[in-house]
Amino acid sequence: MTTNRPLDPALLRGMTMPRISRRAALRGAGLLSASAFLAACGVEGSGNDEAPQASGFWDSQTKAGVLDFANWPLYMDQEKVGGKVVFPSLQDFTKETGIKVNYKEVINENDAFLGKITPSLKAGQPTGWDLMVITNGSSLDKLLRQNFLVELDQSKLPNFQKNADPAIKNPSYDPGNKYTIAWQSGLTALAYNPKLTKRPITSFNDLFDPAFKGKITMFGDDEDYPTLTMIGMGIDPVTSTEEDWKRAAEKMKELRPQLREYIDNAGEAEVLSSGNAWISMAYSGDIFILNNSGSPDIKFVIPKEGAALWTDNMMIPKGAKHPLDAITYMDYVYRPDVAAKLTAYISYITPVPAAKEQLQAQAAKAKGEDKETLDGVISSPLVFPTPADLSKAHRYRTLTVEEEQVWDRIFQPIVQS
Amino acid sequence: MSAGGGRGRLIPYLVGLPGGLWLAIFFVAPILVMLSLSLQSGNAEQGFRFTWEWSNYADAWEFYHTQFIRSIVYALIVTALCLVLAYPMAYWIAFYGGARKSTYLFLILLPFFVSFVIRTASWKFILNDQGIVLGPLKEAGLLPQDFHVLATSTAVIGGLTYNYLPFMVLPLYVALERIDPSLVEAAHDLFASRSAAFRKVVFPLSLPGVFAGVLITFVPVASDFVNSGILGGTQTTMIGNVIQTVYLNNNDYPLASAMSFMLMAALLIGIFAYARALGTEQVMEVSQA
Repeated sequence: MTTNRPLDPALLRGMTMPRISRRAALRGAGLLSASAFLAACGVEGSGNDEAPQASGFWDSQTKAGVLDFANWPLYMDQEKVGGKVVFPSLQDFTKETGIKVNYKEVINENDAFLGKITPSLKAGQPTGWDLMVITNGSSLDKLLRQNFLVELDQSKLPNFQKNADPAIKNPSYDPGNKYTIAWQSGLTALAYNPKLTKRPITSFNDLFDPAFKGKITMFGDDEDYPTLTMIGMGIDPVTSTEEDWKRAAEKMKELRPQLREYIDNAGEAEVLSSGNAWISMAYSGDIFILNNSGSPDIKFVIPKEGAALWTDNMMIPKGAKHPLDAITYMDYVYRPDVAAKLTAYISYITPVPAAKEQLQAQAAKAKGEDKETLDGVISSPLVFPTPADLSKAHRYRTLTVEEEQVWDRIFQPIVQS
Repeated sequence: MSAGGGRGRLIPYLVGLPGGLWLAIFFVAPILVMLSLSLQSGNAEQGFRFTWEWSNYADAWEFYHTQFIRSIVYALIVTALCLVLAYPMAYWIAFYGGARKSTYLFLILLPFFVSFVIRTASWKFILNDQGIVLGPLKEAGLLPQDFHVLATSTAVIGGLTYNYLPFMVLPLYVALERIDPSLVEAAHDLFASRSAAFRKVVFPLSLPGVFAGVLITFVPVASDFVNSGILGGTQTTMIGNVIQTVYLNNNDYPLASAMSFMLMAALLIGIFAYARALGTEQVMEVSQA
């Protein structure tokens, strides 16, 4: 890395966070599901044709005082007390509600985690989790299509109704927040090193400048890159058609000679700080962390055509033993003071805009390094994007299972050239 | 030709049984499943149905023929490089290694004690555009600023050659080591020059090693996906990478199975042609000699 200090936890999170290497070279993910088909020659689907949730489901639930919560590493405020890692905001939650949280950082990759719990979901067995955080995209679409999530009782989410950012409410992948509500979000757009490009990058079309030939990297997955390309072409991914996808694929082919390589998701920090890439596709949170860990020059930019907004979502898997405790927590984090605590540590985009005022109040009281850190978080457009930025943010396309196959067959050959 | 009764005749089969079962369960059965899968249609959620979906094969070729051809070309180049690099090494150890032969062999195997991925990733560290090798050369003006090795075919072929070199050295060594040095002396006694002795005696006798070395290098290299994944760029993807992604990320099992079969078929045909060209009989006779 760029510094010799012990690894900054924020940096570590940046490297281990959601988008890490969906297609990293040596990956065990999916092996589980792959082995499933070996069981029989004809391959059964993993879908669940269960009846819709009973209308009395939530009425029959009672508080258990326990919550089994699966989340990504370093995605929760934490402190070291007497050599032990504790989570202050979870401790506060326990104090206020009497619900003890069994918090585990067990999700390193959406598909790998879901691979582990899918057999239980399929069999109608408890997964062992009451609450989990999954990124929007094909993994979440799969969960929704297969009816693996508990339908939320909106009347139990008053803080969410009151405080949630309208921009993250009612997302295209889960209309009406029927099954999920946001945990944190981030933007997918471009980042560049102005010292090397020698000019500002403002448009997706800047990528075609011959001066940047071989100096650009894009994510090599077949979800983020096609989405950003469509946005760059003025197509809204959410309503895009197969024709649009083919046009985007052509555009990506055109761009290919300009590219140095396709990188892993979250690999942009490395290529940008090493100078191997001048411009790269990037996640906002990763660049915030990069700016604070030795590469302050790298600029994150939302091209004038727009950016893609992704969201990590909280949800209750079917078979959860303590759903009422889970929904209590889901609503709890929408209190501005709680959201502020989380944001100060996590530094991704909070779903609660009022957290900003809370942080400003704290910064006014804080001194020295603490104040600097808080001010950095508050003033960063990467953590608190401006309304103008957010108005340019597009959502990802939600695919049916048939569409997904068409999509994959169009885009996979492009990113694996 | 066992002289014994029924029991004695059974013994060879019994000895072969565990290995045979192993192969039947873990090789033959999956291959059959894969063959069936490659002709199915559907998706991972609703299930796949057998529909004689030959279009999987057509699609595989249409979408990914570049990667197929590239993998074979890379494998040929890498195998040739490995042979050229490994032969002198194996020759030297076999004939001049003396009492330290096993030490030298151990040294060749030593890299295997470090994870494959780590070793390949350290190439990335060494060859970084502004790294410890290219950085100073660029600063000294010996290389243009935009020169880079990573993300090129050179990097991938280099990585593959490095990783598979020991697979070539070992069979060559085994073959060369068994050659009786007195045969070479005899050749000299019969007025053969050094090069004639090598061409007419040593090299033909080492052919079984060459044959084995080429096979166990070429086949895994053609389906490797680590080197291209770590060291490659936008024009270096190999078919192994494609199969891995289509299988594990897209869960498009039929397409991935079709590609695996096409790769297997290409390799098998290549190997038979190669064995024919080299003359299997000759190879086998020598190895029995």
